[in-house]
Amino acid sequence: MKRTPLYQAHVDAQGKMVDFGGWEMPLNYGSQIEEHHQVRNDVGMFDVSHMTTVDFKGAEAKKFLQVLIANDVDKLKTEGKALYSCMLNETGGVVDDLIVYYLNDENYRMVINAGTTEKDIAWINTQAQNFDVVVEPKLDLAMIAVQGPNAREKVFAAMPGVEEVAGDLKPFNAANLGGLFIARTGYTGEDGFEIMLPEKSAEFTWKMLLEVGVKPCGLGARDTLRLEAGMSLYGSEMNDEISPLEAALTWTVDLNDEDRQFVGRKALEKLRDDGVKKTIVGLVLDSKGVIRDHQKVVTILGDGEVTSGTFSPTMGKAIALARVPMGTTGSCEIEMRNKLVSAKIVKPPFVRNGKVLV
Amino acid sequence: MSEVRDDRQYTQTHEWILDNGDGTYTMGVTDHAQALLGDMVFVEVPSVGDEASQEDEFCVVESVKAASGVYAPADLEVTEANEALDDEPELVNSSCYDDGWLVKFKADSIDGLMSAEDYEDTLD
Repeated sequence: MKRTPLYQAHVDAQGKMVDFGGWEMPLNYGSQIEEHHQVRNDVGMFDVSHMTTVDFKGAEAKKFLQVLIANDVDKLKTEGKALYSCMLNETGGVVDDLIVYYLNDENYRMVINAGTTEKDIAWINTQAQNFDVVVEPKLDLAMIAVQGPNAREKVFAAMPGVEEVAGDLKPFNAANLGGLFIARTGYTGEDGFEIMLPEKSAEFTWKMLLEVGVKPCGLGARDTLRLEAGMSLYGSEMNDEISPLEAALTWTVDLNDEDRQFVGRKALEKLRDDGVKKTIVGLVLDSKGVIRDHQKVVTILGDGEVTSGTFSPTMGKAIALARVPMGTTGSCEIEMRNKLVSAKIVKPPFVRNGKVLV
Repeated sequence: MSEVRDDRQYTQTHEWILDNGDGTYTMGVTDHAQALLGDMVFVEVPSVGDEASQEDEFCVVESVKAASGVYAPADLEVTEANEALDDEPELVNSSCYDDGWLVKFKADSIDGLMSAEDYEDTLD
């Protein structure tokens, strides 16, 4: 199994190490629920070094990305500005979801998922053949996400010089400091930074963050936090066969520029014209029990399926994202342990910035 | 390492059973089981007076990771249920052998239980 540069730090902190798509990663360091609350109420950090950074450089970097991904990088005009997007195949299915950062018209940085890295790089290289662009996977970068209402303050305290370059960053913007790339982004619904840094600096930086009281949090808490925040997970809410239009990600698809023929556009337009039949909604269970992935959802308009189900530590009840027939509202039933249990349909996010929204 | 206590007996499905010496037994899940399941979020225990036949699912412990049925080790009648678990299911994690017990019940006898030593061997 692959290990990040922080592997030993996890073991030293009693991390419960599990196989996460071929990476040996910490699920928790004791209690996943405590780690969840830690991020909602104060600050926690995650090792996300298994994710992959890819740089795009060259005269046609912009032109290429306008074809490669469904959102339009033309929206990015200032250095460090970030954009969330899906990268589609010809049938409109999602190859991966990603964040792309603008550095200048000839230089962009992208962060893609760990589990899809090989597939993504192969796909990107195939698409890049007729463009003047160099695709450069940065496999020697580590990444630490520091998240929570006190995240920024703690990062400034632990890492000299960061406040000067990142103190005024607006959400979804990034700044450089030497070999550091500091983005005010995250996957928890809380404020914070995702910090990309050279592998050899990872352990030192992790220790400095520990010193100022940032608690390590595992992938278990990362999943309950992102689910409360209503954020999609590749492989759950969308995959190669599901388009963003069927995953409540229409807002990430930019069809405004009619001349921009990005990969999958024709398929999406056909799907839109034929009528999108499915979407993702949020579910809240008021009774006991935990909603689990792949449970059957029964609605008046037809059956659906839970794409991500969990117990929400912030709400104290089970929540889920589910794929249901388009237009489903009100309530539904979930087949749980051979019983049909009633659940409320809501519009995610469930929780943002510490507050319950549903 | 998981804690195993030698004052009680164990099932193959990772429950412990303590003979109270008055015809009643106390039952809970083992340290190994709670660690494997992770943070508990709901515990469903039966009502006092409920009867269960051997192998009936009569409790459910549900963690962040999975829901897990607890099966009756014999024909039994529930004499007490740990209602504290309603508000504090995490007691199963923090104190599985003491405050995190699940049920007490009456039964004539219970067959097929393992000693602490035998149970410990199964964990290797």
